[in-house]
Amino acid sequence: MSVLAVNKNNFQKEVLESDRPVLVDFWAGWCGPCKSISPIIDEIAAENSEIKVCKVNIDEEQELASKFHIMSIPTILVIKGGKVVNKSVGIKPKNQILELL
Amino acid sequence: MGKIYDVIVIGGGPAGYTSAIYTTRAGFDTLVVEKFSAGGQMTQTSQIDNYPGFPDGVDGFDLGSKIQQGAERFGAETFQAEVIDVDLKDKIKKITTPDRVLLARSVIVATGAEHRQLGLENEEELIGRGVGYCAACDGMFYKGKTVVVIGGGNSAAADALLLSKICKKVIVVHRRDTLKAEKFYHEPLFKAQNVEFEWNSTVCEILADNNVTGVRIKDLVKGKEREISTDGVFISIGRHPQTQLFRGQMDVDKNGYIIADETTKTSINGVFAAGDVRTKIVRQIVSAAADGAAAAHFAEEYLANI
Repeated sequence: MSVLAVNKNNFQKEVLESDRPVLVDFWAGWCGPCKSISPIIDEIAAENSEIKVCKVNIDEEQELASKFHIMSIPTILVIKGGKVVNKSVGIKPKNQILELL
Repeated sequence: MGKIYDVIVIGGGPAGYTSAIYTTRAGFDTLVVEKFSAGGQMTQTSQIDNYPGFPDGVDGFDLGSKIQQGAERFGAETFQAEVIDVDLKDKIKKITTPDRVLLARSVIVATGAEHRQLGLENEEELIGRGVGYCAACDGMFYKGKTVVVIGGGNSAAADALLLSKICKKVIVVHRRDTLKAEKFYHEPLFKAQNVEFEWNSTVCEILADNNVTGVRIKDLVKGKEREISTDGVFISIGRHPQTQLFRGQMDVDKNGYIIADETTKTSINGVFAAGDVRTKIVRQIVSAAADGAAAAHFAEEYLANI
């Protein structure tokens, strides 16, 4: 599976109503560390079909960023059944991101 | 048994990929193991003005990628994984990642350094709730707000300057009575209307409800404590080396840096330390790159004689 860019219009359907756990990566183009973990996020998406991996560009989706109280990026949320069950802030290696699930 | 590389470089910052440029050009099979994208610490800086050859400056992430591409042009391979164990004593050195065990005749350790934490009790839990280490990443969240920057070196000064352009007020808390940062930063910071300084002071507590609300600072001269309100705290008090994996196998100094002189030779034959991870005075991108060239030279010499 590839990473799905989500926005405020499809967030409800793609993330909150997803039947699989969702890993959401909040990022921005001006954030170096966000770019640094981007290939890891892509790999996790490609290797784990039992989850869904989404990205939110916080510049374009400020409403979503403030709804989830994002104050530092990259922030990764794990959402199951519409609820945030885990959160990680900052740059983390792949195995630590997978542990969030 | 898997492939045995001539050189495995641990860490894909300026030291690591520069060494890979040299070793691959010399014809040695080289693998760079990096847990994130290339670049290391410089990916946190959007504008780098002190790396030669870029008259308009360069974005740190871009520079890191360019150095990587330079090495890959000559055949350097990249494996993206975190190294979780090393066994370096024998002639064939073992580098373990979660999925693979990698083998090499020589190893260049270029794992660099990472930001230091203050060590306050609630610091970790407030990361992302007002505590940050990367002003270039998180500054935008504090538009029109008040922030505290802790530290007085180059990175603290650069952070304070960047934040002064975004925030309503920036309060620099520094334990000395002058900035340690280069002169280049002094004038713009002292001139900025919205930058205040708390000299001779340390932060002894971060105050928070859900998010950061303030800090308690201690005046080291008068011994007095007081609280100041702030929406965010950026901590920029230096770095510590990423050498946990190597302690016990090779000599490190009291701060954890791998002991090696300009030859980058460590206490283990065939293992070299390049860049910020090594004991040295100047830690810059350009000096890390220079270390990469030296490490490659001495690795090549070692490989020619085994």
